[in-house]
Amino acid sequence: MSQLLLLSVYGLANGAILALAALGFVLIYKASGVVNFAQGELLLIGAYAFYGARCLLHLPLALAALLSVLVAAALGALIERLVLRRLVGEAPIVLVMVTIGLSALFRALVQLGFGTAPREMPKLLPAGSVELAGAALPVDRLLAILASALVLGAFGALFRWSRHGVAMRAMADDQRAALAQGISVSRVFALAWGLAAVSALIGGVLLADITEVSQNLAGFGVLVFPVVILGGLDSVPGTILGGAIIGLASQYAEGLCPGASSIASHLLLVALLVLRPHGLLGEPRIERV
Amino acid sequence: MSATATGIFHDSYASELRLCHTRAEKRRLVLTLALLSALPWALDGYWLGVVNGIGIAAIGAVGLNLLCGFSGQISLGHAGFMAVGAFTSALLSTRLGLPAPLGIGAAVLLSAALGALVGLPALRVEGVYLAIATLASQQIIEFIVCRWSWLTQGRGFLDVPRLGFLGDHVSRLTFERSWYWLILGVATLALLGARNLLRSALGRSLMAVRDHDVAAATIGIDVARAKLTAFALSSGYAGLAGALCAQYSEIVSWERFTLDVSVQYLGMIIVGGLGSLAGSVYGAVFIGLLPPLLSELATLASSGGSSWTAQLPALQLGAFGAAIVLFLLFEPRGLARLWQRALDYFGSWPFRY
Repeated sequence: MSQLLLLSVYGLANGAILALAALGFVLIYKASGVVNFAQGELLLIGAYAFYGARCLLHLPLALAALLSVLVAAALGALIERLVLRRLVGEAPIVLVMVTIGLSALFRALVQLGFGTAPREMPKLLPAGSVELAGAALPVDRLLAILASALVLGAFGALFRWSRHGVAMRAMADDQRAALAQGISVSRVFALAWGLAAVSALIGGVLLADITEVSQNLAGFGVLVFPVVILGGLDSVPGTILGGAIIGLASQYAEGLCPGASSIASHLLLVALLVLRPHGLLGEPRIERV
Repeated sequence: MSATATGIFHDSYASELRLCHTRAEKRRLVLTLALLSALPWALDGYWLGVVNGIGIAAIGAVGLNLLCGFSGQISLGHAGFMAVGAFTSALLSTRLGLPAPLGIGAAVLLSAALGALVGLPALRVEGVYLAIATLASQQIIEFIVCRWSWLTQGRGFLDVPRLGFLGDHVSRLTFERSWYWLILGVATLALLGARNLLRSALGRSLMAVRDHDVAAATIGIDVARAKLTAFALSSGYAGLAGALCAQYSEIVSWERFTLDVSVQYLGMIIVGGLGSLAGSVYGAVFIGLLPPLLSELATLASSGGSSWTAQLPALQLGAFGAAIVLFLLFEPRGLARLWQRALDYFGSWPFRY
């Protein structure tokens, strides 16, 4: 029982971070129809930007956070402006490949700038554990879940009530109708990429905090695909549901049989693509043959 | 074809079905063959090894281009099929002692069958969903070859005996050169096979499915069959490349068939040119030459005191990513199109047109 509780906390912490990464992914897909294979690298760059501001520039926490958010948002908007805007309406393979190319480029830049050795960063979230039902639950992971939930809530509120959020939803709903209402496509695309990079930044920093700052952070990107397919490629609430389910399922699989977590989520992914490609909460608008 | 000609016009079916349409094409073919035959005498062992790697990669890239460029599907699982081919051929020649050509043939058949199986989601989803489905298949195959200890008997890799046929073994002295001829022969056959396929009814049905699947169905093409055939063909080529890779490098381990390798093959056909057989070869040459040329450059630059060689992996990765992004932005039809444009430009030089 205590083992189950522990696995659940680990799974939910991973799932919450996955949900943050997946949120950015879904934002980009909804706004512009681009599947972003560089999402893991956005996590990586976010974590390293924060590390750089905090440990190399020795900025206080708030300033470091502000600077890294600015860097991430600028990077996201820049990718959109310089690369993806020129490829609007291209074939899926072109869009897939350009984000894969970008991901290789970003990983190389981080390697050139910071080397391949993992970096030490002072912990943000307190270590230690709390006792609950006989299980020692790690505080940092509990706090990571809480922080992700807060951020996801803030993003949700942004989409629900803010002017830009409404514009983004309108654009995702019907691009032509949104254009006719005078919504600027370029601004919405840039906003989607900027917000995606910021949510990946937060996910990356949390992930780096509970693990370590290293190149392996980018590997989290592959795990985003099961999450978004499960939740629905075009559903924001779906990312939370998908993140929680995939996070828990892979931890339970790991608990039953070590090493099985990576395969469990991919088997689930294949089954979903064959049986229910639009996911749990997505719109069944997928093209069929 | 020079810029002054307005096109190639056929007045009979026989002329349309010819392998070479123009005299320039024939001349280029002869020239290329002459150059390729001179190569083993011009290069030392190291560079001949690089060329051999490129030859194997070209076979795989042709296979991937059949699927992505000519049939309009996406596959991120190409390296997975190469792994299937490599492990099958290695296991058949070590455990069962089958002659290498038989083992390679069996590897091709098995990976083609598996490719058709993995292609099943293509009947239901397309575009980005298909990319994600093939990504999952890559991860699953990678997991199996990495964790199934029976394959390597727990050692993590497989040794393959030196290639031999009817008692004749490749000798150590002429290793690279013998392999060069072998790979050149197989790659030529593979290219010729693909070229022939594309002028057959099957090839045309693949291209029809790529251009518009509903329209293809209305003119009587079985779209499902065409898609599965494309997957089977492509993974058959991948299996061939994987099996050759296993026999050539004499060692098989799962690290050579990761997702990054799949991405590299996609990079080859993007850089070379989607939907162009020659482009697949250009792309394999480009991506294959990138790491050794960069390492030469880094050694040159390091002699000045800076430590570029330490950064080499990052530089190679960055150059690869930059090449893909730049080609997609500025010449989406790749090196094949670039070559055509250069010909057109110099055909009427010094005039613009």
